[in-house]
Amino acid sequence: MSIQVMLLQLGKGMIVSVEIFMLTLLFSLPLGLIVAFGRMSKNAVLRWITKVYISVMRGTPLMLQLLVVYFGPYYVFKIRIGSGYRFVAVIIAFAINYAAYFAEIYRSGIESMPVGQYEAAKVLGYGRAQTFFKIILPQVIKRILPSVTNEIITLVKDTSLAFAIAQAEMFTIAKQIAAAQTTIMPLMAAGVFYYIFNLIVATVMERVEKACSYYR
Amino acid sequence: MKLLEMNHVKKNFDGLEVLKDISLSVEEGEVVSIIGPSGSGKSTLLRCATLLEQMDSGQLLYLGEYAAKDEGGRCVYASKADLKRLQHCFGLVFQNFNLFPHYSVLKNITDSLLCVDKLPRQEAVERAEKLLAQLGLADKRDAYPYQLSGGQQQRVSIARALAKQPKLLFFDEPTSALDPELTVEVLKVIKQLAKEHMTMVIVTHEMQFAREVSDRIIFMEEGVIKEQGTPDELFGTDNERVREFIGHLSGK
Ligand SMILES: Nc1ncnc2c1ncn2[C@@H]1O[C@H](COP(=O)(O)OP(=O)(O)OP(=O)(O)O)[C@@H](O)[C@H]1O
Ligand SMILES: [Mg+2]
Repeated sequence: MSIQVMLLQLGKGMIVSVEIFMLTLLFSLPLGLIVAFGRMSKNAVLRWITKVYISVMRGTPLMLQLLVVYFGPYYVFKIRIGSGYRFVAVIIAFAINYAAYFAEIYRSGIESMPVGQYEAAKVLGYGRAQTFFKIILPQVIKRILPSVTNEIITLVKDTSLAFAIAQAEMFTIAKQIAAAQTTIMPLMAAGVFYYIFNLIVATVMERVEKACSYYR
Repeated sequence: MKLLEMNHVKKNFDGLEVLKDISLSVEEGEVVSIIGPSGSGKSTLLRCATLLEQMDSGQLLYLGEYAAKDEGGRCVYASKADLKRLQHCFGLVFQNFNLFPHYSVLKNITDSLLCVDKLPRQEAVERAEKLLAQLGLADKRDAYPYQLSGGQQQRVSIARALAKQPKLLFFDEPTSALDPELTVEVLKVIKQLAKEHMTMVIVTHEMQFAREVSDRIIFMEEGVIKEQGTPDELFGTDNERVREFIGHLSGK
């Protein structure tokens, strides 16, 4: 196998990895906010449910959660799973796992906001939703950016866990080629890919942080 | 005309009686100062009046209209819509300003005019700019709160409250977070407002200022109004406790 062919195949895997990454963020960032609301809700039942959910998601391996989401429908409900479900399962598992981490980050950010901001908004007549989305959330986002960046960088590397259900993302493909051709090259190339991917992520997040630094 | 009326207000914090049967009314154009030792319930009283805190019992009226009624010893608040409307009557200036740090000075003032009061942008901006000019902050229009001194921040927060054109303005220790030099500039603004007959209720530890600016001073202690009257009455009182407090704070 020539280097070009190998890189081409890895490149295809890379695209899948990027897709997992993007879709996970797309779903888990808003979902995390909803979970955070549940966690801080006045309703004790809701609070308890989200607490258990977060604790399970953070307390068990993501790889295991992947297997459960992928095989669960078949083992539990005897539903035949088509090959299209594989990628969906990856996204579901990643999204609900990362939502739990993001929820805790949101919560710490929201709880760190001084109560005076809510009170000033209330006296000025802002409604609850306006207060949250215009006054609180923008400040929360600035405060939690460093923690979110950490999670996102972990996510880049975690996308490789999709190999557990044989999703053909970059790491899975690299491993296959390495085994078939008995060479370490594809694994090294994959490492470089992940590294560059994270470099880009870090640069982007730095930009975002800078964009938020116009105030203190 | 009575702008604000509070009758027999009581407030507990988990068993701690912070307000014990307080009644207070404020006439249009009146400047009322509230003084008293720390923990006497001054802030709690303002917070009840501004709907930041719920009273346990008592009545609260703005312009003769009930915001909260006493029904058999329990306090029943008006509907959300009514409260929202009554909220328009008053503004509140906080001890620590509570400006929105992610908004420029101009946006701090105009944002609620635009998205709460639905004013046209041009009108909101004109109103803000006029106030900023009056308060000597015209050049700070586009600055962010962190770029301002404490005194400037407090003046912006006064401008923010005034921009809503309230009938009554509450101040909770507006200068307590400020250095003495910065205190002067904020007190000057409040004195100017008093001259323009703005109705104000001011919690303060600045005795000289209270004496100059107030039509009436209220001395609170342990959740009750111990004494009230014109500045001259209060500063000339026989009440040992009040004399001691005033003397202590005015540096004898
Ligand atoms: N949210 C709260 N929960 C419990 N106790 C409270 C709360 N707010 C105030 N208190 C208590 O109520 C009492 C009165 O407090 P308040 O802030 O009204 O006093 P103050 O007269 O404004 O004092 P200061 O001059 O120090 O501002 C204090 O004993 C305080 O500890
Ligand atoms: Mg106070």
